[in-house]
Amino acid sequence: MGEKLIVSGRNIEGLYPHVDVWGFGIPLYLFIGGLAAGILIFAAFFYLKGKANEMPVTVKISTIIPPIIIVLGLLFLIGDLHHKMYFWRLMTTFEVKSPMSWGAWILVIVLILSILWPFTFLKEMREFFVQNNRKRWVKWVSWLENLVEKIGFIKKIVDYSVKKRKYIAILLIIFGIALGIYTGILLSAFNARPLWNNSVLGLLFLTSGVSTGAAAIMWLSNNHEEKQLFSKIDLGLIGIELLLIFLMFLGMNWGSDAQQKAAEMFLGGEFTAIFWGIFVMLGLITPGFLEALELKGYKVPIAVPAFLILFGGLLFRVIMVVAGQISTFTF
Amino acid sequence: MRYAMALDITKCVGCADCVVACQTENNVPIGYSRDWIVEKVSGEYPELKLHFESQRCNHCDTHPCVRVCPTGASHVIEGGIVKVKHNDCIGCGACIEACPYEARYFHPDGYVDKCTFCDHRVADGLDPACVSVCPTHCMFFGDLDDPESPVSKVLRENPENFVLAPESGTKPQVYYFKERLHF
Repeated sequence: MGEKLIVSGRNIEGLYPHVDVWGFGIPLYLFIGGLAAGILIFAAFFYLKGKANEMPVTVKISTIIPPIIIVLGLLFLIGDLHHKMYFWRLMTTFEVKSPMSWGAWILVIVLILSILWPFTFLKEMREFFVQNNRKRWVKWVSWLENLVEKIGFIKKIVDYSVKKRKYIAILLIIFGIALGIYTGILLSAFNARPLWNNSVLGLLFLTSGVSTGAAAIMWLSNNHEEKQLFSKIDLGLIGIELLLIFLMFLGMNWGSDAQQKAAEMFLGGEFTAIFWGIFVMLGLITPGFLEALELKGYKVPIAVPAFLILFGGLLFRVIMVVAGQISTFTF
Repeated sequence: MRYAMALDITKCVGCADCVVACQTENNVPIGYSRDWIVEKVSGEYPELKLHFESQRCNHCDTHPCVRVCPTGASHVIEGGIVKVKHNDCIGCGACIEACPYEARYFHPDGYVDKCTFCDHRVADGLDPACVSVCPTHCMFFGDLDDPESPVSKVLRENPENFVLAPESGTKPQVYYFKERLHF
């Protein structure tokens, strides 16, 4: 029997009874990062395969989302800081051993690329919206096209980017993967949090992020082949995610005492029901099953698996951040 | 130069003078503390063992809190003391997540704060405030690289000492003697 009591009074906000300094903004941003990365990786990849005209939603239309959600994510992130006035300090240095520093720079690069990419397709996007009778979107894209025409230096940048699309696509794949994977590496860098401190988390977050990207594209697509393709891709990604989750818990259960205690929260403890019952069952297995049905020919409203995957992606990150802060070493 | 602290747990009575002295010396805001007292009990009745520990930032050798800081605000000064540059700190909380000892906290002004081994006193050749007020003289401080410093001498006399959560990989520099209780 061992009992530990803090007797001097240390119920400091955010430290007692356990570390609790990262609220909802952090998992939301991790989700946004993964989703943006997924969409951008697919857009660039299928562009490089020459499918830009066959798959307009994948390569062009869906890329309207990443810059908007990245800016939103950044606002949440800055909002979460306790010393907000100094947020710019992130950009005055590069700390090579800090994944958070890597992320700050990766995010800036991805934001710039993700704004350039859709801007190089304004004409094609307007034509797409005209074809699909989306009058409001036609208006907005036309307004952007006019803006680009009017402002000289913006027009120069966009025209140059159109010429160098191939290179932007390659950069998007590299930095998209970096964005998707660093969020997991960031958490695994904290050796004080046994739940996070494993080498699978980076890959798991990347796979989950790419999966949410596939789900978003699948949902937006108006083309049956495109939907089928992303259904297949997503099914594969869900399979990989389940394997990585299995590996993560196996490693923790057969790991050090602190890791075993962290895993116990999910293998009988307080997070068991929400993780396996809601995230794995509703957020991975159910959409996977529905996608398999869809591929077999059954009619499944695509919004259902797509929404479940997106919801699951966010829930997964919320659970990991909350549970990770509870996991600790006994000392 | 490697500053470290050692505590004799057989003499600590849990009076928390070290807590109050630190709060006074370092203008710690009300409701916050940079060091704290933990009571540990082990065994089964009637074979019970109890001791107190005064805990704080361990100014670890591998300082993961410094590694994760995205702005370099968290840094190490001479002697291995870990400090925070207030105006470089963005208040992201990464270092708080990185510390297995929960030694860091958000100061109400926004930056992250913690024990500094009273480096301003150490620079003048004094002991940290907590060490200097302890009524049972159970706390020792000094330079581990100086074999005649109080901490070196007491650790030499007590080779059976322990640190907190060594398995976390931090290489902490606050030592406790004599024996560790088993949980």
